[in-house]
Order: sequence, then C-alpha cells, then structure tokens
Amino acid sequence: MAIFLDNNSKVIVQGMTGSEGRKHTQRMLASGTNIVGGVTPKKGGQSVDFADGVSVPVFNSVGEAMEATGANVSVIFVPAKFTKAAVVESVDAGIPLAVVITEGVPVKDTAEFYTYASQAGTTQLVGPNCPGLITPGQSNAGIIPSNITSSGRIGLVSKSGTLTYQMMFELRDIGFTTCVGIGGDPVIGTTHIDCLEAFEEDPETDAIVMIGEIGGDAEERAAAYIKDNVTKPVVGYVAGFTAPEGKTMGHAGAIVSGSSGTAEAKKEALEAAGVKVGKTPSQTADLMREIIAGMN
Amino acid sequence: MDLYEYQARDLFEAHGVPVLPAAVMQDASEAAEAATRIGADSGGVVVVKAQVKVGGRGKAGGVKLARSPEEATQAANDILGLDIKGHTVGTVMIAQGAKIAEEYYFSILLDRSNRTLLAMCSKEGGMEIEQLAVERPDALARVAVDPLVGIDDAKAAEIVQQAGFDSDHDEIASALKKLWKVYQEEDATLVEVNPLVKTEDGQILALDGKVTLDENADFRHPEHADLVDEAAADPLEAKAKSKGLNYVKLDGNVGIIGNGAGLVMSTLDVVAYAGKDLGETDGVLATPANFLDIGGGASAQVMSDGLDVILGDEQVRSVFVNVFGGITSCDAVAEGIVAALEQLGDSATKPLVVRLDGNNVDEGRAILAKAAHPLVTLAETMDGGARAAAELAVNPNS
Repeated sequence: MAIFLDNNSKVIVQGMTGSEGRKHTQRMLASGTNIVGGVTPKKGGQSVDFADGVSVPVFNSVGEAMEATGANVSVIFVPAKFTKAAVVESVDAGIPLAVVITEGVPVKDTAEFYTYASQAGTTQLVGPNCPGLITPGQSNAGIIPSNITSSGRIGLVSKSGTLTYQMMFELRDIGFTTCVGIGGDPVIGTTHIDCLEAFEEDPETDAIVMIGEIGGDAEERAAAYIKDNVTKPVVGYVAGFTAPEGKTMGHAGAIVSGSSGTAEAKKEALEAAGVKVGKTPSQTADLMREIIAGMN
Repeated sequence: MDLYEYQARDLFEAHGVPVLPAAVMQDASEAAEAATRIGADSGGVVVVKAQVKVGGRGKAGGVKLARSPEEATQAANDILGLDIKGHTVGTVMIAQGAKIAEEYYFSILLDRSNRTLLAMCSKEGGMEIEQLAVERPDALARVAVDPLVGIDDAKAAEIVQQAGFDSDHDEIASALKKLWKVYQEEDATLVEVNPLVKTEDGQILALDGKVTLDENADFRHPEHADLVDEAAADPLEAKAKSKGLNYVKLDGNVGIIGNGAGLVMSTLDVVAYAGKDLGETDGVLATPANFLDIGGGASAQVMSDGLDVILGDEQVRSVFVNVFGGITSCDAVAEGIVAALEQLGDSATKPLVVRLDGNNVDEGRAILAKAAHPLVTLAETMDGGARAAAELAVNPNS
C-alpha cells in the first residue's frame, strides 16, 4: 500500500518531447515508473527513445493517450504560459491524478484551473510548482530523486522540494511509504490535510512527517485536522523563522503578511495539536527516529 | 509587485474606474503649475500625497491639503524627502480636492485558505481595514468570488447588498465591476480601494488605491516592466535579479547559499539559532545576511554569480554554502564551487563553510578536499556547518 501512487499507476507525461520533460521522463523510467505515453499536440504518432531500448509513444491529447494506454496519472512539464490549458485538458479527459511540476504559473491561472478541477470532481491535482510524489520502489511521478531513500513505513508531506529530499535522505534507513511534495505556491491542489487523511488510512504508514513553511494558514489548518482526525504520530518542521515580513522567500507563497503566516504561529499550532516540531531538519529526523524506535 | 498609489490610480483610470485628475512629480517646482491646472475645477483645492509603499503616511505628515499653488509648492517641498517608516519620499502626487460625503471600502484579493477569490466591502471606509475587521466585523461584507466567473452583474449586486448600501446601488456596482476588470486583466493578486467615496454631488470615486501584481504573469504584461521602481530596489537585490538569482537581502553577517527555497529558508533559521547559541563576541552576533536560492542546477556559473553577489555585501563576514544533491549530484556541485572560486580569484576573500549531502556526497567532498582551497572548510552536517559559519562571522580566527 501507499497513497495516491503505486505500481498500478500508468503514467503519461504532458510535455515529454520538451527538454525538461524528456530529461525527467528518463529519470522516472530509471526509477521504475510505468510510463505509458507522452502528450504533445500535433506530435501524436511519433515516439521518443530512452535508454535501454525503451520507446514511449506520443499522443496528441490526454484523452487519446488514456484511451490507448489506460493511463491514470499525468505529470505536467509544459511551460507556465501553457500550464492552465494542459491542466484543463487533463481534467476534461478525466484523468484521476494530475501532477503539475511547472513553476512560475500565474496564480490567477492556478485559481482558475483548481476551481475547474474541483467543479469537475474527476481529477486530483498535485502542485503546481512542486517536485511531485514518489512511492519508493513502485512509482515516481515528478522530479524527486529516487536513489536517496528506500521503501518503508513513514509518510512524508512537504511544501518544499529540497527539504523533502533532505528528510528522505536522513531517514533512508527507515524508508517511506509515499513522499508527496505539494509545492509552495499560494494556491495548490493537494494539501497537507489531503495527505494526512490518506496516510491515516494507509495501513502501511506508521508515522508521518509534515514539512511546512511561512505564508498562508495551511499548517494551522493541518494542525486542527491532526488534533481531530489523526491517530498516527506526526512529526513536523516549519521553515522561515528568520524571514522578514513582506518579502517573498523563493516560493511565491512563502511570505509573511503582517502578523499572519509566521513560522512561530505555525509551530505553536502544530505543538498544540500534539505534533512534535523539530528545530532543524536533522532534529526533526531524530524525533521521527525516536518514535519509530519506540514502536518496535 | 506592490504598486505606488499613482500607478494604481493610472490602472484604475485605464479600466474606466472613476478617479480624480492628478499629476505626479519628483520636484516641488512642478507643483504650482499642476495645482493650478488640477485645482481649476475644485476652487483651487488639491491634495498633495507622498508616494510610498507603506501605510500610515497621513499620520506621518505625508498627506496635505493645499488651497493655492503656493500652498501646493510648500506642501510638496515639505513632503519630498520625508522619511515615512524608513521609506524616503521621492515622488508626490497632486490630486484634485473632493468634497466627500461618505467613505466606503472595497477590495478583491486571492483567498489562499479557500483557494478562491474574495471581495470585501464596507460602508465604513477610511479606517485601516484590519482594524475594522477586528472591531466591527459585521460592518465588513466578505463575499467569495468564483475565479471562473468573476464580478458580474449578479455578484456585484450581491456584494452591494451584503455591504448594506441604502442607495446608489447601480453606481457602486458599476465601479466594482470595473475594479474586477483591473484585477482580472492586469493579473493582480490584490486590488484595494480605501476609501471609495461618494462626493457631495453624488459621484462615486476611487480616492486611494493599492494594487499588487503577480510577477509570474509578467509574460502576459510586458508593459508592467515600466512599473518597477529600480531606484528604490536594494543594489545587491538588483544585481542578483539581473543575473536571474533568487536573492533577498537581510541585515546579518553570514552569507547563505543553498538550493531550493525551503532548504535555504531552513538554513537561515539554523544559522540564526547557531548565532544565538554562540552569543555576542565584541558586540557582534552571527545572523543570516541574505536568502539566496541557486535552484536545482547549481552549475559553476550560478555558484560563481551567487558568491559574487554575496561577497559584494560588505556586512558579510563568512559564507555558508548548504547544498543537498538531489537532482544534481554533489560532485557536480563541488566542481561548481571549485570553478567559481577560480573565476572569482582574489575577489573571494571571506571564509566559506560548505556542507554537501545527498547523491555522490563522498565524491563531492573528495573534490573539495583535493582542491584544498584555503578559504573553504567542509562541514559534515547542516547544523554543524551553520555553527562553523556563525563562529567564523563572530571570530574570524576561529
């Protein structure tokens, strides 16, 4: 078991014929992902060759690709200016999971395609501006490096890509069921809460690491959710205690506005919900290690 | 990007939102002529307003009424150069005076929590909206706006009704629909009018506005480039931006370079903790000097550009390079650091603590060890590296 992604996932890549799409499709293939097709308008009928003699067919649309291959996951690498159209296409085709890797998407576009997807009700979105998700040993949808960790019993949900990798690496001996990079944009599809809910229900996940950062109130809402709904131990980390007010720290959503969105408030909310919050990423990993040790 | 009031006013005017005639200047010698022209229809009365991207300018003396060209010149002279909460006033706007009968509030913004848009409207404008929201929450209508529909006739009517307006429903609704066009067509994340006023002769006017534009949408708006105030930008931030680096200047002494926004934010925190833990030495406390995310690639050129910006910060006493090799492997990052130091040559003078972890970490560390650059110290862990860099900042001989 895992959440959202497993060895039954049949993955297509929107934008596979572009340089980023091609590079990361190769990496996904190398980590065992079942890539069944690529989608590029007007390039249908072609195919793209990858290492070890693997050839992946290209389709004109998500709908065509799904019909021909039974795909149930799409990973989107198209440039920011075409991202909204790509997501709308995947929603129209009714693909169950669309993972939007592209960064720099205008927030108006995201608000529109998120609303469109939630009204359609057929497609779960992850991202945008995220590294995607990985179920180690089974499938990898996005750009998360697969060779830094192993399969195991921890669930991980994070706004930050590199902090995800850092945590996967620090806890590689224990391993993960699924790691989900939800992205740091102001509007995102899958949230901390969605992942917490899924990890709570996943029998193979024994404990959860949740990584947040400044901006918005997603961590506070997650804390309230944990208090009422999560019985598995949760360890948290929040980045951005030293971030000045009003400055965007890399991620478009990482900004402290007035007194809201601070790291301190998020840490306090999580601790009030019984979550152990580490002061540094390494200390957070240590907290998880202690919890796992106590379970054996 | 936050706009100045006059820039917001110009966008309002371009989208048909009713505003007052106004002129903008950096020099008080232009005030008399502008006041004469603009005040012709208002009995010579104009308002001279400081253009700063910070609230509370009225209390700080940044807004003055003038009844003659001489008074306007005097007011402009007084306001230009004024320091308002650390912002020096370099531009004033002279706007026509208005006889205000009522003040209202309106804004439309991104509602992150609900992943939709939110319109807020009140009959009680003029005061700070945060204050109104706390003190008189019932007086502030909050209406969700579907991003796919926007503020159409029905939504405008709903907002007007919820805010409890007794009269002028059509005029206010019309202004709201035009303000929606500003939000929609300019790719804003905030459009705020405070106050939206009704004048004694019954006109609805946007008297003061705040607009935030989404820089991710710049590809749709090449004209927005003209709205950037380059003179007001920090010179190091401007330099970093010209090299495509994601850099925020802070007020500390430990330069920070890392890959990935979350890891860099976390690195700043860990350095601050280490500095606090070490305490002051000769009055110096180690704190982070900047945020700099070099992204996933971390090539030699990017590393060199990043180091160049950071070493240009005179406050920097040491540098902490914290890279996790995920997509990029550590050997490539290490080669980047070595090449960057070669490129910089004698201009690299501050000690560097480097922590590498992740893919090919042993090869990466071996490359740095072999290069044995006298400025570079290797750290095993992120926490240990932060502490070493903090120590070097407070005690260069440590």
